[in-house]
Amino acid sequence: MTDEPTPPSENPRRGFSRRGLFGAAGAAVATGVAGYAVRSAVSTQPSQAADTNGPVEFHGPHQAGITTPVQDRLHFAAFDVTTTSRDDLIALLKEWTAAAALLTAGRDIGQYGAVNGPDEAPPEDTGEAVGLPPARLTLTVGFGPTLFDKRFGLAAKRPKALVDLPHFIGDDLDPTRSYGDIAVQACSDDPQVAVHAIRNLARIGFGRVAVRYSQLGFGRTSSTSRAQSTPRNLFGFKDGTNNLKLEDADKLEQQLWVQPEDGPDWMVGGSYLVSRRIRMNIEIWDRTSLGEQEGIIGRGKGTGAPLGKADEFDTLDFNAKQADGRPKIPVDSHVRLAHPTFNQGAELLRRGYNFVDGSDGLGRLDAGLFFLAYQRDPRKQFIPIQNQLAKNDTMNEYIHHVGSGIFACPPGVTPGTYWGEKLFS
Amino acid sequence: MSSSLPRRAAVLGVVIGIAALTACAKDEPAAKDDGTGPVSVKASDSACDLSRRDVKSGTSTFSVSNGGSKITEFYVYAEGDRVMGEVENIGPGLKRDLIVELPTGKYQAVCKPGMVGDGIRGDLTVTGNAPAQVDTDTELKQATSSYQRYVNSQAVALEQKTTEFVTAVKAGDVAKAKALFPVSRTYWERIEPVAESFGDLDPKIDARVNDVEPGTEWTGYHRIEQALWVSNSTKGMDKYADQLLTDVKTVVAKAKVVKLTPLQLANGAKELLDEVATGKVTGEEDRYSHTDLWDFQANVEGSQAAVQALRPALQSRDAALVAQLDTNFKAVFASLDKYRDGDGFKPYTASEAEKKALGAVVDGLAEPVSKVAGVIAQK
Repeated sequence: MTDEPTPPSENPRRGFSRRGLFGAAGAAVATGVAGYAVRSAVSTQPSQAADTNGPVEFHGPHQAGITTPVQDRLHFAAFDVTTTSRDDLIALLKEWTAAAALLTAGRDIGQYGAVNGPDEAPPEDTGEAVGLPPARLTLTVGFGPTLFDKRFGLAAKRPKALVDLPHFIGDDLDPTRSYGDIAVQACSDDPQVAVHAIRNLARIGFGRVAVRYSQLGFGRTSSTSRAQSTPRNLFGFKDGTNNLKLEDADKLEQQLWVQPEDGPDWMVGGSYLVSRRIRMNIEIWDRTSLGEQEGIIGRGKGTGAPLGKADEFDTLDFNAKQADGRPKIPVDSHVRLAHPTFNQGAELLRRGYNFVDGSDGLGRLDAGLFFLAYQRDPRKQFIPIQNQLAKNDTMNEYIHHVGSGIFACPPGVTPGTYWGEKLFS
Repeated sequence: MSSSLPRRAAVLGVVIGIAALTACAKDEPAAKDDGTGPVSVKASDSACDLSRRDVKSGTSTFSVSNGGSKITEFYVYAEGDRVMGEVENIGPGLKRDLIVELPTGKYQAVCKPGMVGDGIRGDLTVTGNAPAQVDTDTELKQATSSYQRYVNSQAVALEQKTTEFVTAVKAGDVAKAKALFPVSRTYWERIEPVAESFGDLDPKIDARVNDVEPGTEWTGYHRIEQALWVSNSTKGMDKYADQLLTDVKTVVAKAKVVKLTPLQLANGAKELLDEVATGKVTGEEDRYSHTDLWDFQANVEGSQAAVQALRPALQSRDAALVAQLDTNFKAVFASLDKYRDGDGFKPYTASEAEKKALGAVVDGLAEPVSKVAGVIAQK
């Protein structure tokens, strides 16, 4: 048994098998020191999207799970910090970071892992990912506004861009499904790998943090790479055609990553996440005529092409008129209202997921979109866009926002550092 | 009394015997304390006065008389509230003796009027020959004997209080039965894992209505609870009251002679917190009376007693875990204190948010407690 994983290059298109770990890698978790770097031949290349088994590099200038080609599955969890001790919080972030490095490499956590420990002790790793490949697991952490209250001496470090989201017209927020001190977004091509990751991080956190709410998602509703096809949301429409893509490096600096001139220092290279649980009234949507559906979205349902165009990636022409003089893309359509042209050029990197959480007491599917959007400054991006949508979008008849969160996602970690280290130093 | 008992060789914290209960007049003057005889403890609702606070290592006797209006308990704690010896259920106007073997060291003598909270505490110093160095086997042996003593004293009190409860039920005294219901259950809940090890006694005594197998009759505490709180009556309850006392007496007899291993202690400590997490936090346990918080507190106390019995063994193997356990036990008790009402608890009708907060603090304790068994198992 070695401490070094087999590089994927020797194991093409197959993930590592999971094994219990002894020694250095495991001890890293036990002591909360991320002394373990996963050697990965896979870098941030579009090819990452193709190999759904392999690992995604955990370390880097930015956190993985933002521009990473969107995986198929989500387990998102928001935590409340229950400890009042700053040292406890720092210790937790160190332990989480070390565990995340192992989890994303497809490894068991702990000194003994899932099955190699003593009979009398509960296994350190819960075990349901044994035998599963890394499955492109990414773990992305963000800090909510409430973490910057008086408890941990962070008030002065709260970024100005980390505002409390305003009330948007029509918001029907359930506080038990909103907000949170810390968010962890786990994305993977295997739902069990994503669930395993959140479950084990929650377990490490008992007594220091408590899960406030969590959300499972499937069928990514956006692509973040040109190598990916555009998926469909539960309205049956292609979603995210014009999303920011990892190939647009200049645009990412402009729209996604916090720049040195933005500050604060600890956020440079990070990004702001807005999460919204958007419930869809799918039963009434499904009774809506095809023409009306397309008018509400502003695109053809089959092709995903802008109305009046043939191909999904054809340019949106907001001046094109029908024979009767009305615009081909209605002025109150979703694509128009959300488009950079009408939002001072603001864009978002969306990586939301569909959800169906069974059904409600009235027999309606509890279904919708768990919207996740990353951006450089929510004050200039999500907030104005959503204000415009909340006021004018004809889609509002079919959706309502029931959960909400905003989080400052720090830059990436290098081996030996931990999530948010600069915030605490 | 103690002088007629043989001295045992340096086994820490073994209660050699508890003198018979005797009534004593409240104004009886304290025996003159020449530093050799029993330590007299004058307990009241607001005081816990010892005739002296330093004793010689070896066997000590504490004569505890309760001059207060509340039932009290007397404990001798080592560091971290490890129970070296205790007497439970000392009613007003009663006197009971605690005979306990104490090695050299610093202790606390504690009275708990109303049997709640941290109690009234004072230092107790034991001087004399330094204790022999104990090896780990001895540490574990002492852990089990210390915990068995705890189980024994809880069992005695369980039988006494259940007898009182059953008597009130059969007398048709609804108010008194309601008052005694959570008190008698406290002793049950503290040692529940031990009771559960006796097979079908646990369901007979403690089944909720939805736990009952089809074809078997629902009996026990909760059957009577339903009559008391839903019907506000004891009608038809006599046979269940008799059955409950019979079953409790069987458990008590078994509990007094049960032999436990250190691993059973550790696992029992975890199981008690499992009980809290699944039954008490949710309010499922005492769904008619809403006295869940009494059970909650008792489960955590029982868990703590088992963990503290293992404390010396844990301390030498994983001091960091001991520190964490101390902190997290304190946190749970502090959370429970918010729901105190006099000597008891407010009815448990907590909001989802309150339940969630209690659940989180229990999770925080249960996780390190689940690690105790593995540490104890290390050779």
